[in-house]
Amino acid sequence: MAETTSGKSIHLRIWRQKRGEQKGRFENYTVKNVLDEMSFLEVLDLLNEDLARQGQEPVEFDSDCREGICGTCGLVIKGVAHGPGSGCTTCEIRMRPFRDGETVTVEPFRAGPFPVIKDLVVDRTPFDRIQQAGGFVAANVGSAPDGNAVPIPKEDADKAMDAASCIGCGACVAACPNGSASLFVSAKIAQLARLPQGEPERKRRAWAMVNQMDAEGFGDCSNHGECEAVCPKAISIENIAVMRREYLKAFIGGSD
Amino acid sequence: MSTTKVLDARIPGGPLAAKWDRHAMDNPLVAPANRRKFTVIVVGTGLAGGGAAATLGELGFNVLNVCIQDTPRRAHSVAAQGGINAAKNYQNDGDSIERLFYDTIKGGDYRSREANVYRLAQLSTAIIDQCVAMGVPFAREYGGTLANRSFGGVQVSRTFYARGQTGQQLLLGVYSALSRQVKAGTVTMIPRQEMLDLVVDGGRAVGIVCRDLVTGELKRYAGDAVVLATGGYSPVYFLSTNAVNCNTTAIWRSFRRGAFFANPCYTQIHPTAIPQAGDYQSKLTLMSESLRNDGRVWVPKQPGDKRRPSDIPESERDYYLERRYPAFGNLVPRDIAARAAKVECDAGKGVGNTGFAVYLDFADAIKRLGRDVVADRYGNLFDMYEEITADDPYHTPMRIYPAPHYTMGGLWVDYNLMSTIPGLFVAGEANFSDHGANRLGASALMQGLADGYFVVPRVVASYLAGAGKAKTKTESDAFAAVERDVQTRYERLLAIRGGKTVREYWWDLGRVMWDKVGMARSRPNLEEAITRIRALREEYWQNVRVPGGARDLNKHLEMAGRVADFLELGELIARDALMREESCGGHFREEHQTPEGEARRDDENFAFVSAWEYAGENQPAAMHKERLVFENVELKTRSYK
Ligand SMILES: Cc1cc2nc3c(=O)[nH]c(=O)nc-3n(C[C@H](O)[C@H](O)[C@H](O)COP(=O)(O)OP(=O)(O)OC[C@H]3O[C@@H](n4cnc5c(N)ncnc54)[C@H](O)[C@@H]3O)c2cc1C
Ligand code: FES
Repeated sequence: MAETTSGKSIHLRIWRQKRGEQKGRFENYTVKNVLDEMSFLEVLDLLNEDLARQGQEPVEFDSDCREGICGTCGLVIKGVAHGPGSGCTTCEIRMRPFRDGETVTVEPFRAGPFPVIKDLVVDRTPFDRIQQAGGFVAANVGSAPDGNAVPIPKEDADKAMDAASCIGCGACVAACPNGSASLFVSAKIAQLARLPQGEPERKRRAWAMVNQMDAEGFGDCSNHGECEAVCPKAISIENIAVMRREYLKAFIGGSD
Repeated sequence: MSTTKVLDARIPGGPLAAKWDRHAMDNPLVAPANRRKFTVIVVGTGLAGGGAAATLGELGFNVLNVCIQDTPRRAHSVAAQGGINAAKNYQNDGDSIERLFYDTIKGGDYRSREANVYRLAQLSTAIIDQCVAMGVPFAREYGGTLANRSFGGVQVSRTFYARGQTGQQLLLGVYSALSRQVKAGTVTMIPRQEMLDLVVDGGRAVGIVCRDLVTGELKRYAGDAVVLATGGYSPVYFLSTNAVNCNTTAIWRSFRRGAFFANPCYTQIHPTAIPQAGDYQSKLTLMSESLRNDGRVWVPKQPGDKRRPSDIPESERDYYLERRYPAFGNLVPRDIAARAAKVECDAGKGVGNTGFAVYLDFADAIKRLGRDVVADRYGNLFDMYEEITADDPYHTPMRIYPAPHYTMGGLWVDYNLMSTIPGLFVAGEANFSDHGANRLGASALMQGLADGYFVVPRVVASYLAGAGKAKTKTESDAFAAVERDVQTRYERLLAIRGGKTVREYWWDLGRVMWDKVGMARSRPNLEEAITRIRALREEYWQNVRVPGGARDLNKHLEMAGRVADFLELGELIARDALMREESCGGHFREEHQTPEGEARRDDENFAFVSAWEYAGENQPAAMHKERLVFENVELKTRSYK
């Protein structure tokens, strides 16, 4: 139990910013008794408990499921979106790899279209607007044929599922030197392009989603591959090639 | 207040199988051109709320859809792992609507309403069709057809899944339908807002008051009907498998405005979560029930055996579920598996550092199926487990222990999912309606989508056709009064500036709930729980310390409001558990068990739904009963032997 084992001390250098429009700066904190099994966010919880007890404002950060599936959490830890070498979300990071006495820098996901709301909390609503532009199959409730009416080869279903695993956390944007949202957008386009249900709106979808991405101010993709490297769900950069193909087809053939 | 009302569930007449269609014929409709004149407020964007909002939008209603998260796609439904049930009988193994109906009634230990459960089973098949049409990438066989797996408490394979991320994929389906309606202009999304109170005027629900979680501003929304789909209340135990923002506030505040709360003591403790490791912990991580398809549960036969699992020979292991329940083995329902684990651990046979864990072993499955097949089925769960515990389940058995997971109780609703407040509908985990005293695995997603896609749109439309538009405006006194209440409460919380943090109180409450109102309950423990919770609540309002201010993003203030509500709900759960002098499903009273330690139900005296009515600050709530009438199934002692 927590009290009986004395753990490591971790120095945290955390980005504090009272409001989006105000200037931010780093502040230093130390958390003691950090155990290997703790998650990174639980360490921030401990810090916040201390701050709250002292009547100071806690460090605000977003999280919800705390098991890597909702996409709510997202911090840049030691300069890397979701932390170095983690291959997982921020909330899944455990304290094992951190050294006693280590200083760890913690920042929000930074990108032009993701303005800071407070401290480590950012606004990712542009992702919703991209989805609204065309990330759906127009099938009203009540109009569906039997689920087995159209067989889908397992391989296609699996590939669609690979792309559909995206949790919309935005790490891809935060990691990209250009602030591109291509991995996120392409995952949805590729998922639906691989399924017969997505076929009728295929061109219109690619056209609308890509244009919305541009309108939101995300940068272009120049194949750095940083997005794939930090993606907690291992979404493949191949999807971006699919997206380009789909967009080109829409461009040539007309989006309708 | 003390007079007992008999609750009318408004179940349509006629044979069970014809009720839902008959309901459609008997109830009025709103013509397409008139729909956009009606505003429906939907609170929640999970499978139930998001599904309802999107579908009402498709029908042409004007919908306001509120959620706490920054985007609807993060509602807690996203975390569901294992799957969703449907009576498709694609496996030709004898499944049918009748069987799903029967399994659910039996699984719920005969404490749910026949008509609702039957409707759920009927709608289950259309859910799968709808999801496929929307591009949900369910698992498939090589031939291209949909794949199935088994879940606890049933003997057919009817669970559809998308790897270990079924909830995510279903929710993304809902999210895409919502997105389409947002674009079409029928649904207005209002994220990062928390509903803090309900506005009732002229005897009907007419709106809600929310707090904008970014600016701290209080906002008023008026509507002609309000749908709550705000999920379950497991975090009343502090540690649970739920997301950290799951709460009871929306339904609790509505309870305080007159909606009855049904069966609060029916809480589900899931048998397979990663055991608690320390006091710092913020949540427990579920290991999906689907793992019990291939994993075998065991403990050492000798109490106190501290050998590594690999050093314990077969002959010295007790596969206690297979031994005690040969017909269902490792796939007994959750309440039974959870309690059995507790029995073993209480007898000193628990494993791991704390002794509060049992093994879930995949060695045989890997031998039988090969590592690749096991990895394909459960890879992401195994990875998650290893990430947390630093143990590799391909080589050493998982350690698991029960954890609070789901709440069958919730606001009381009639067949139309309407609460005791006209115009206030409740869907998904937030209502009490379909799972009785125990929910079967993969049935919550089914209920969420049945309510969201099919039931809510129809019943809300027929309510609106009858009730017409609400007249209360947001500028009215009714709204102003509710907003004042909300504001006063937050000002009070911030002004206390006491010595203990919100989380410390939450933790204390969770401890009482788990120890005294958890897997095994008894009169003395429940009485003690009530006293302790009342004392905690009193102390909270004098000594809690909430940092920061109200006019700002302040997650500690959000938490403070939620914990204040949990401190009230906890007492009601204990009172309900105390009242229910029987054991049924997830509610186990030590006084009511057979000599073999199985639950003993009392159908003669307790075949009813308890529905509690708020009676004022710090007053014990008043109980009303809805008698459960079983015309189609025979009440039997549940046996999985
Ligand atoms: C880890 C885990 C695994 C599970 N696995 C399965 C499974 O395999 N199969 C299965 O059938 N079931 C499973 N369940 C259960 C199932 O996921 C839930 O019961 C179901 O998804 C609940 O859906 P819902 O729509 O009722 O609520 P939720 O999805 O919880 O949505 C609640 C919504 O309400 C909003 N909200 C809450 N309070 C407020 C408020 N005060 N103001 C504004 N908005 C509010 C939230 O923002 C959210 O949008 C699992 C549950 C957990 C925790
Ligand atoms: S909190 Fe859900 S992914 Fe991290």
